[in-house]
Order: sequence, then C-alpha cells, then structure tokens
Amino acid sequence: MAEYKWPEEGKRSLIGKRISRVDGPLKVSGKAKYTFDINRPGMLFGKILRSPYAHAKITSINIDAAKSMPGVKAVKIIQDVGTEIQWAGDEIVFVAAVDEPTAEDAIRAIKVQYEKLPHFVNEQNLDKVPATNRRPPTEQTKGTPDAAFKEAEVVIEGVYGNDVITHCCLESHGLVAEWEDDQHLLVHQSTQSVSSNGGDFARGLSIPAGNVRIKMEHIGGGFGSKFPVDRWGLEAAKVSKMVDGKPVKLMLERDAELMVAGSRPSAYAKVKVGATKDGRLIAWESESWGSGGPAGTGMPPYPYVWQIPNSKTQHHSIATNVGPQRAWRAPNHPQACLVTMGALEDLAAKIGMDPLEFFIKNIELTGARANVYKDELLKAAELIEWKKLWRPRGEGAVGSTKTVKRGLGLSIHTWGGGPHASDCDVTIHPDGAVEVKLGTQDLGTGTRTAIGIVAAETLGLPFEGVKVLIGDNRFPPSGSSGGSTTIGGVSSSTRRASTDALNELLAKVAPTMNTTPDKLEAVGGKIQVIGDASKSMTWQQACAKLGTQPITARGKQPGKETLASAGVGGAQMADVSVDLETGVVKMNRFVAVQDCGLVIDLKTAESQVYGAMIMGICSALYEEKIMDAQTGRMLNPNMEFYKLAGLADIGEFKVHMMTGKGYDERGPIGLGEPPTVSPGAAISNAVANAIGVRVPTIPLTPDRVLAALEKKGGANAKI
Amino acid sequence: MSSPDERSDNVPNELESKTEGGVSRRNFLKGTSVALTIPLVAKSEKIVKAAGADVKILGPDKIDITLSINGNNKTAKVEPRVTLLDALRNDLDITGAKRVCDRATCGACTVIMDGKAVYSCTVLALEAQGKKIQTVEGLEQNGKLHPVQQAFVDNDAQQCGFCTPGFVMACKAMIDKYPNPTPEQVQMNLGGNLCRCGTYAGIKAAVAQAAQQSKGGKRNG
Repeated sequence: MAEYKWPEEGKRSLIGKRISRVDGPLKVSGKAKYTFDINRPGMLFGKILRSPYAHAKITSINIDAAKSMPGVKAVKIIQDVGTEIQWAGDEIVFVAAVDEPTAEDAIRAIKVQYEKLPHFVNEQNLDKVPATNRRPPTEQTKGTPDAAFKEAEVVIEGVYGNDVITHCCLESHGLVAEWEDDQHLLVHQSTQSVSSNGGDFARGLSIPAGNVRIKMEHIGGGFGSKFPVDRWGLEAAKVSKMVDGKPVKLMLERDAELMVAGSRPSAYAKVKVGATKDGRLIAWESESWGSGGPAGTGMPPYPYVWQIPNSKTQHHSIATNVGPQRAWRAPNHPQACLVTMGALEDLAAKIGMDPLEFFIKNIELTGARANVYKDELLKAAELIEWKKLWRPRGEGAVGSTKTVKRGLGLSIHTWGGGPHASDCDVTIHPDGAVEVKLGTQDLGTGTRTAIGIVAAETLGLPFEGVKVLIGDNRFPPSGSSGGSTTIGGVSSSTRRASTDALNELLAKVAPTMNTTPDKLEAVGGKIQVIGDASKSMTWQQACAKLGTQPITARGKQPGKETLASAGVGGAQMADVSVDLETGVVKMNRFVAVQDCGLVIDLKTAESQVYGAMIMGICSALYEEKIMDAQTGRMLNPNMEFYKLAGLADIGEFKVHMMTGKGYDERGPIGLGEPPTVSPGAAISNAVANAIGVRVPTIPLTPDRVLAALEKKGGANAKI
Repeated sequence: MSSPDERSDNVPNELESKTEGGVSRRNFLKGTSVALTIPLVAKSEKIVKAAGADVKILGPDKIDITLSINGNNKTAKVEPRVTLLDALRNDLDITGAKRVCDRATCGACTVIMDGKAVYSCTVLALEAQGKKIQTVEGLEQNGKLHPVQQAFVDNDAQQCGFCTPGFVMACKAMIDKYPNPTPEQVQMNLGGNLCRCGTYAGIKAAVAQAAQQSKGGKRNG
C-alpha cells in the first residue's frame, strides 16, 4: 500500500531533481495561448475611456457620436454623471467595436465634462500631507522603549523609504467574455483565481454560480495583481450581453495597466534604533507613513524579523488620488525589510561592527528560526566572500577605485507560504494513461510541472507518464495563487489523490499476482512486490486489469496527515559598485540562500529565486510610479520611463537552496514571495557600505545617490 | 533600464552602418493615414500631386495586403494605420508575438524581417509587404524545436513566458549574425527585450548553449 507521507531522500526519483517545465516547449514556440491571444469567432474589441483627472465629478457625458459610428456595436457608461472620480485612469465609458482602430476612434468621439476637484498624489514628505488626507495614526508599544533608549549607548536616527511601484505584468489585465446563452457565461480571463472567479462573476451578473465557466491555460504575470474579476471584467460581460452574447475582448492598454491595475504601496519611516556599545540590540522607535491610493495603507511589520524587546511604532495611513494598491509579492514585507535592515546596518556602522557580526550576535531576536538564519547568513557570506571583500563603511570594499566604490550589503527575510485549500482528481485509465485535474493556475512559477512531478513520483511513472490539466473552473477547486500558498496546496492534494488512486489499482491487481495490496509498490513504471522486482507487471498490464472502468480518486488539502507547512527564512547579500561622479549603481554579484521546505523541482525553484532577485533589482534601482503633483497623473505609464532592469543590468547570481535534513521533512512551502523581500534592503545596504552614506529611499536612482553624497554630514551621514 | 539595440533598424533605408555602438532611433509610425511612394495595389488608393510628383494615398479605409509569413503568403484587409503586430495577432491569428508596451521598448513583439530582428509593434503592416517575415511559430522544423528554443527550455529561460517569443526571436537573429556572441554582443542584441519575471540568468545560459550548438553555422552578418 502506498502512503501519503513524502518519500525519503534516497527513494525519490523525481522530487527534488532538476526537471524542465512541462509547458516550456509550448511557450518557446508561440503555441501557449494566453488570454491576450484568444481570438473567438465574431469577437468584438473593447476599449475604455478613462478619467484624465485624479479627482473630479462627472458633469456630462455624450456618447451619441460614438454610438452612431460604423463598426461600433455597443457603448456603455460605466460611471455616470454625478460620480466622483478618485484617481486618473478610472473607467468612465466602455466601447465595443469590430476592430481596435474603430474602438479607439469611438473612444475619441465621446465627450465627457468634469468639475475638477483638489487632488493629492505625493505623500513622500509627511509634513506636506494635508490633514484631510491623513487617517488617525495608530500606535503600538512593546516593553519599555523610553527606558531602553536611555540604556542604549549607541543610537541612530534615519529616514528610510520605498516609493510606489506597479506590478507591470507583461500580459495586461483582461478577459474575453461571451454568453453561450442568456444564462451561461464563458470567460477567458488572465487571473490568479481560476476556481473562485466564476462565483464572483455570477454574483455581479445575478446568475447561478455554476453558470460561469472560467478558462485560462497560461498567464503573462500576476504578482498579486490579478485576483479579482474587476469592474472592467463585469462590464465586458455586460457589454457582451448587449450584443447578443458576442465575445468581447478587453485587454488593458499599457498605460492603464500601470495607472489602475495595481501597485505596491509606498512606505516611509523615521526610525530611531538603539543598542549597547557591544552591539546588543535593545530599542526601536518608528513613525511611519505610506499610501496605497484612496484607502491609504496599513503599517508594514516594523521592526521586521527582529523581535526587538522594546519598541514603539506610530503609523499614518495616507489617502492619495492614485490608482489603488493590490497585493504585491509578499505584501508589506519588502518595505518593512528595507526600513528595518537599513536602520540596523546604519546602527552597526555607527557601533563600528561588521553588520554580519552584528546580525549573528543578535540572531536570537529572530525567534524560532534563529538557527536557520544563522546557517543561511554564514552560507551567503561564504558564497559572496564577505570576510575577504567587506570593508567598513566608506572605505570601499576590496576592488574600489578613487571614483568607483564597491560595497557589500546583507538582509534577511521571512514569509509564511502555508498550503491553501485544494482538491485534485487523479484518473488512471485502463490503457495506462493518467490525468491529473485541478482548478489551479500556473503563474509561471512551475505549478503545472510540480503537480506532474508529484503525481508521477507517487505512481512510479516517468514525468511524461502523467497529463496535468489545470486552468478551468470545471476542474476540482483549488485556491487562488497568492501568498505562496499554491505549492503546498496542490502538491498535498495531488499526493493524496495519486496515493488513493494507486491503492485502488493495487487492490485490483493484487489477486492476479497472488498477493495482497499491502505487499505491492509502484516503482519505475511497474507494479511489483515490495523489494522483489522479479514479481512484477508493467504499469500498462496492471491498468489493463481495470477492464473498462477508469479509477478516479479525489485528494484534498487539508486532509489526513500533514504534508505541507508554513514559515521560511532567507538571507541575501549584494555586491555593488557606485560611480561617485555619475551616481550610477551597478550590480556586481548577488547571492541568495533560501529555504522552502521540501523542494519539488529544483530547476524551477531556483528560477523563482533568480526571478525574485531580478525583480528586486528593478525596485531597488529603477522602478518608481512617478505622480505629477500639478495634474495628478502618472508621468511614466509606459515602459520606456517606468524602468525595469534589462539583461545587462543584473550582474552575476548565486542561489543556494537549503535542503535535506531539517528542511525536507517540513514538506513543500511556497517560494514565490520570500526571495522578493530582501533585495531592496541588501542593495541599499551595499550602496551605503560603498559610499559611506545612506541613500534614504529606493529606487536608488543616480540623482538620489548624488544628492545623498552631497548631503554627507546630514542626518543619515557619517555614522 | 536596458541598452538600446539594433532593433529599430526596421525602417527602410536605415543606415546599414549603424552598429552596436550607436544609439538607435525609436520610430513612431502610427498615424491615421500614410503616404507612400512604394508600389502597392489597393482599392482605396488615390493619387494626388505633392511637390510636383504623383503620390499614392492609402486609407483611411481598409486596404488589402499580402504578407509573407514563415514562407507562406497571407492576406488581410487592414487600415493603413494597423501595425504588423496587430495584423498578425488580430487579423491572422498568429499570436506568438506579444503586445506589451506597444511602442518599441520591451521587445515582446520581436519578429525577424528580411533577416533582422524588428519590433513588429512599430512596423506598419502595409510596410511589411514584400518582406520575408519570420515569427516564433516558424522556427520549429519537422516538429523539432530550433536549437535556440531548445536552449530556452533546457535552461528554464522563461517563467510566465509572455516575453519568451520575443526573446527567442531576438536571440535567433543574434545567433544567425554572431554564432559566438561576446557578452557585449549579447547585452546589446538582447538589450531591447524586457522580462518581468526575471529570467535573464536563464536566458544568458540559454544563449551560451545555443551558441555552442550553432558553431560552424555560416555567418551572414
């Protein structure tokens, strides 16, 4: 009989190996169909007229000219006269036409008048935030911070900040909606929530939940921004109904994608942190603020990871007239990480300690995973040659020149990543074919591949021996892909379903092998007596015993036995060069050491970490949603001025996954978020180490680096 | 934050001498109607006098165009303002090339036109007539992936995969021209493509593998 628990290290044929993603050949050949690629018969193209103002009341809308244009099939007002618009880019009118140029012309033919209202879009400076845009501050105190600061022999004060960035998914948000009849909706949607969005569409359209079919084979990025059906999703469905159910395709234009389809909230903080002169961390105080749009934003977890015994935090949530925030990989963690690790590295510099030594000295303050962090920091230090290259702040690491200074910086991070709820059906056919079905989605994280690995491993088949079907809400429901919850969820449900299906098969074939099912195992494409390969039959021979009836078993997470858990730690170290004359920061090397419990596919797991580090370089050095105070509009809703790192900007990488004893037995834990947390902090610390002064806010653009150098001697300098 | 590359050599008559050291132009060619003097057959064409010469005016109505794509002639009826990218995707259902930035920054729309990687979002469909266009769908031979494609699979040079077709085509054009590209040539030739998931480490490894396999291939650059 097969058991649920994961096989021991020596008994794994696929789990933990380097396996190429199963949909790789489809993606490199253009055969992978994304929502943006769906062309349906008779399909109309949707476009949306958006508010040019950040805060305004709609006073009139005239759609007559647009409606009468040839090729225009529907014009629908989304927000009518009298509505108060809260951010530039918000949706006003939806147009559907026979082709894109016609839809664009129709948008231009719509006349909307607004009464402009005062707007506020720049929250970087707390002193300049109007009272009307501030929510009442929240305060928390732990221990006796005032007394602790009196006891502290070394105290630093500084300001640290993260500007707003956007998800900038390469495939913009969107969908193709069509009515199969007046009660049944078919939606191809670019979404992180295949299983649950049907219900949301149904509620919004007042039809039974079972009447909405959601399909998505591939998705061009989500990063936390693609959970909801969105107002524009419901509108597309409503417009489709207006045109007798014809398919309506709406994919956001690039400017809309950057303006309204999600952002990561800003986070700024004035921080005071104190230690004894031998480097014992004892006190934290922060006054923080930030915004994620009209609803403001909550406080990131300050201080981050380090459970400093005495702390006082105050947070101001600021409302702005900017497109609202959405979950962005590891919500609030990267911001909290930059603020905390930056302040701690400044404190170590003032004490005159190597920050690595300072972190290790205080490692017990990281709590239950202190040993993991310690091991990871030492491993990362070895990989980046910290001891050999690091020099105290301002001296420049080994390899610095007079005008180009090199620096090393470090950071640690955590994330939960426990399993979400997931159902899985595994079907074994009499011809030996195996199908695995889940209503999950593969965001490019390798979910499809991981499911295949778990099923094939469990059934003793080669990876190619199972077919994984996902991306359809008619498959067994699985949670949304967010919070790094997918791998734990789908691997657990797949393991249970595969085990149960196999045990049914073993029960069928045991009598024909003159034995009992408990004496059988599935290994290497065979069913055999445990430990006796001479008494075996091939997988196909065994499946043929099923006659005409396939076996289908449903596996659930949660279910019997614990197969996945939560909570990981990671350490990262960055090596940068900073040109003192131009302010340009260049990545030399970047090291990540990460744990994620049991690794299912080492190849795609490493890709997750590489990707997180590169995304982190983008936000540390380049990315910023720049809002214009005068007009209230985003100044860079495009990809030439909303800057992402290119292939030449990343330097060399080393990724080390913590595996084996102490890690594997925890089962798979999500990896999408944790490695995205530390890059900003590690890179900011490396820059401070290189140039001898903190550049307070990321992205560390050349102008900010030069301004910090100019101010050397100011609040954050010479510490 | 990438380097400009040779991609905008897509415009006819762009100087051949523009090499990787130079900063290349961005060309924004979208308009509501376009005047061209190249011979085209179209129902809606008109001839007007401009500066003493006969000039054919196309549009704004739809015109018939013929495009040579992956060795096959394909016809479509599009307005002159329609880009090659949109004609491929919306009119011909050839969707490998992706629309992302739609203004010659990200490279997701890269196709090969007369041997050169171009941003198909910044080439007009009618302008692409008479040229040999290769899209990512045309790389496989007899069901076998092109070595560049295989290298992307082997080195996991993709995550969500939305930038991948553009990268594959830019990489293919580069390897054709420089069978053993230097790191600088890789940075320059792939500097006009952007990835959001962060697959550059895999792409660098894929380039190394593809270059290894193309050794002995003839230089055509």
